[in-house]
Amino acid sequence: MTTVNLTVNGKPVAAKIDPRTLLVQFLRENLRLTGTHVGCDTSQCGACVVHVDGHAIKACTTLAASCDGASVTTIEGLAHNGELHPMQEAFREHHGLQCGFCTPGMIMTAVDLVQRKGNHLEEHTIREELDGNICRCTGYHNIVKAIAAGAEAMAGQVSAQAAE
Amino acid sequence: MSVAQIGQSVRRTEDQRFVTGKGRYVDDIGRPGQAHAFFLRSPHAHARIRRIDLHEAQHAPGVVAVLTGDDLAADKIGGLICGWMIHSKDGSPMKAGPHPALAQGKVRYVGDHVAVVIAETLAEAKDAAEKIVVDYEVLPAAVDPAKTQAKGAAQVHDEAPNNTVFNWHLGDKAATDAAFAKASHVTTIDLVNNRLVANAMEPRAAVGDYDSGTDNFTLYTTSQNPHVARLVLSAFIGIAPENKLRVIAPDVGGGFGSKIFIYAEETVCVWAAKKVGRPVKWVAERTEEFLASAHGRDHVTKAELATDAAGKILGLRVHTKANLGAYLSTFSSSVPTYLYAPLLSGQYDIPAIYAEVDGVYTNTAPVDAYRGAGRPEATFVVERLMEVTARQIGMDPAAFRQRNFVRSFPHQTPVIMCYDIGDYNASLKKALELADYKGLGRRKRESARKGLLRGLGFSAYIEACGIAPSAAVGSLGAGVGLWESAEVRVNPVGTVEILTGSHAHGQGHETTFAQLVSARLGIPMEQVSIIHGDTDKVQMGMGTYGSRSGAVGMSAIVKALDKVEAKAKKVAAYCLEASESDIEFKDGRFTVKGTDKGLSFGEVALQAYVAHKFDGQELEPGLKEGAFYDPKNFTFPSGVHIAEVEIDPETGVTRVDRWTAVDDFGVLINPLIVEGQVHGGIAQGIGQAMMEGAVYDQSGQLVTASYMDYRMPRAEDFPLYQIATTSTPCPSNPLGIKGCGEAGAIASPPALINAITDALGHEDIAMPATPQAVWKAAQKTVHKLAAE
Repeated sequence: MTTVNLTVNGKPVAAKIDPRTLLVQFLRENLRLTGTHVGCDTSQCGACVVHVDGHAIKACTTLAASCDGASVTTIEGLAHNGELHPMQEAFREHHGLQCGFCTPGMIMTAVDLVQRKGNHLEEHTIREELDGNICRCTGYHNIVKAIAAGAEAMAGQVSAQAAE
Repeated sequence: MSVAQIGQSVRRTEDQRFVTGKGRYVDDIGRPGQAHAFFLRSPHAHARIRRIDLHEAQHAPGVVAVLTGDDLAADKIGGLICGWMIHSKDGSPMKAGPHPALAQGKVRYVGDHVAVVIAETLAEAKDAAEKIVVDYEVLPAAVDPAKTQAKGAAQVHDEAPNNTVFNWHLGDKAATDAAFAKASHVTTIDLVNNRLVANAMEPRAAVGDYDSGTDNFTLYTTSQNPHVARLVLSAFIGIAPENKLRVIAPDVGGGFGSKIFIYAEETVCVWAAKKVGRPVKWVAERTEEFLASAHGRDHVTKAELATDAAGKILGLRVHTKANLGAYLSTFSSSVPTYLYAPLLSGQYDIPAIYAEVDGVYTNTAPVDAYRGAGRPEATFVVERLMEVTARQIGMDPAAFRQRNFVRSFPHQTPVIMCYDIGDYNASLKKALELADYKGLGRRKRESARKGLLRGLGFSAYIEACGIAPSAAVGSLGAGVGLWESAEVRVNPVGTVEILTGSHAHGQGHETTFAQLVSARLGIPMEQVSIIHGDTDKVQMGMGTYGSRSGAVGMSAIVKALDKVEAKAKKVAAYCLEASESDIEFKDGRFTVKGTDKGLSFGEVALQAYVAHKFDGQELEPGLKEGAFYDPKNFTFPSGVHIAEVEIDPETGVTRVDRWTAVDDFGVLINPLIVEGQVHGGIAQGIGQAMMEGAVYDQSGQLVTASYMDYRMPRAEDFPLYQIATTSTPCPSNPLGIKGCGEAGAIASPPALINAITDALGHEDIAMPATPQAVWKAAQKTVHKLAAE
């Protein structure tokens, strides 16, 4: 057994775990944060994407122990005070999800994408950046629209925060 | 939230939980004390099991139990079943071998279930499974559906000589042969409809639980139809009587057909829960999904179309070999027969059709329904024939279709179906306009200047949805009726719970069904809850597949709402001291005709429960009604999809440049959700046509068993789709709905292959048209162009 200390969605977490525990197992089974999903086990589908120290990573192929000391944000940590994050709201508004299984990973990837590439995203940029996220329901059409809209809305959020 | 309307793009209410990570899928369920199951699977396509040594595994750390087919047999647990009887053309019933949930004596495909290890943790179960020693006598395997019936091929089941499950036919052979004899042109094509894996993003999963105090079983499972699962697990497999078995399908992450079926893993989990006295959980890894979830399609077809000198179709003749895999999955036999051949008339007036289908066993995973199920295969045959024929006889492909469209309704085809309504030319005209068909020549020249090949392809599809009139499917061999149930529970304060036998796994029923109820009762949507997926709450239902939840599921709700309204009018009449015939219900209010006296829906609901204003002997208190709706006919969604592609002959890369879809789904409840269904269907169809394919090697190893090898469609593969609708409301259900769930997947493969072959200038390409295949095919084109 090994000990890990993490911050998950802003709260400190310490646990003794089997060293082979994957981050996704730790989040789902130890912390019961079941919004992060496992869709493929091979880092292809992106249903397991979370943020570690602000960067999107695939939790299905990351050892929990390797995240010792890190700050992890999952889909459950995105909304604040009962208000959806603009990207969550954009997925809802643009019907960017159907079965919802890939959605947490899509949204976490999209937020990371905006952080890296800015708020004004071209369609082809979004499509290219979604290479590591598979959706079987939507044909991606409304996901692409949702991410473009969510990215713009995030700009509004930043300026609103600055104004406060 | 306000009162919703039919035809309004209401945002989905279920999304709140999905975008916040609060969806509750089977893998999110943890039962106290649960143990974890891991299945040891066959590494061989075909082998006799001489001996299984479990000793070391049984004593490995954390192991609770190791169970095999002998344990199932000892407990008299029956095998998995196929619920649709097909008779061969000689009248004999189909020939099926047994399908035990854990192998008994033999394994028949790579991934077949040999044993299950149940342990404290999944890691311990996997470690222990490695310690099971199986002595296999490896046998030759029959893998190729085109060769499996040949003399000398390995026999998958002794019960099915020559690996032939059935040799079935439909239509009039003599009339069709006669039509061909007088044809001025016959088009002949050979087609392979490639084998696919459904790949819902949520892998299958099951949690079995047993309460020894009450002798009740509970199964949480990734199912599109939990009631059918309970029926089969009770009545055929023998887990427990129905009243002792609760099946719950909570949020389910996509199905596309693959979660209709009753599988070995859930059978074993619920049975083992009692055996080991612990809840037992299993979640498929993606590779297990590839190996052991039912695959789709896999047809080898020879098809011929006879036309006269004026370009009028005289007859259609089809012979298909349909790969059913190593065992008959739950509805496998119906897919290449009654869900296939009755659609071979397409949108066309074809006087004579004859189809012959061999259902064959191979040493591969079972094949069953996948989005569209039989109808994409039929559409691929018809629409490839239409395009190739138009090219061969020198007619414009749109004009050739127009010449042969069915124009008057009802239209009885020679292959069972009676089309109730449609306007095929309206969809085609709209699609031609939206796709700028007139500008194609110019766009082709522009592409050619860049050294690229541009092509356009049509697909004018029809499908039979709203599955299905029970008496009709019963006469064709179905083991079940295909009605749907609904119960409307009005609470004393006027809130409403709808219990439905439909099951949502991405379709947005919680929104569309609530929208329907809100519009009908004049109450805000948030006052309506949709309850589904639990056999303890909803008494019985047939589930969701075949684009049936709108046309059949919602019609059942309408029927129950009719009864609620009739009862509420009686209550209102008492309360308003008026004659029942003078009560009108509109915009959520019951009023007395010609007066301003009235009560709101909520007030009437309360009066129904307090029961102070009427004699409880004459009128029962309460406001709750149920209905079973059995459709009168199938519904026939149709439409035209136009694909336009640009091929780089140097690399073989095909870019889908434009996609135009004009669909006639009848009345739309929620256009936003309908469009989403079309988008997803098109993507799966483009996936089939250009990317996806499950490939077994000659020894029966699945070489495409992960996302590293099986090419899933990704965001970059698609343009934004151009979607529009026409509407001829369906006359055979109260809402005028036809269904939209499968249309995209049915329409798109032939549109794309027709576009690619148009660009190439020859027909020599099969699905999936991968860059490698297109590059090879394009070399022929380049040489031809150079020679010109």
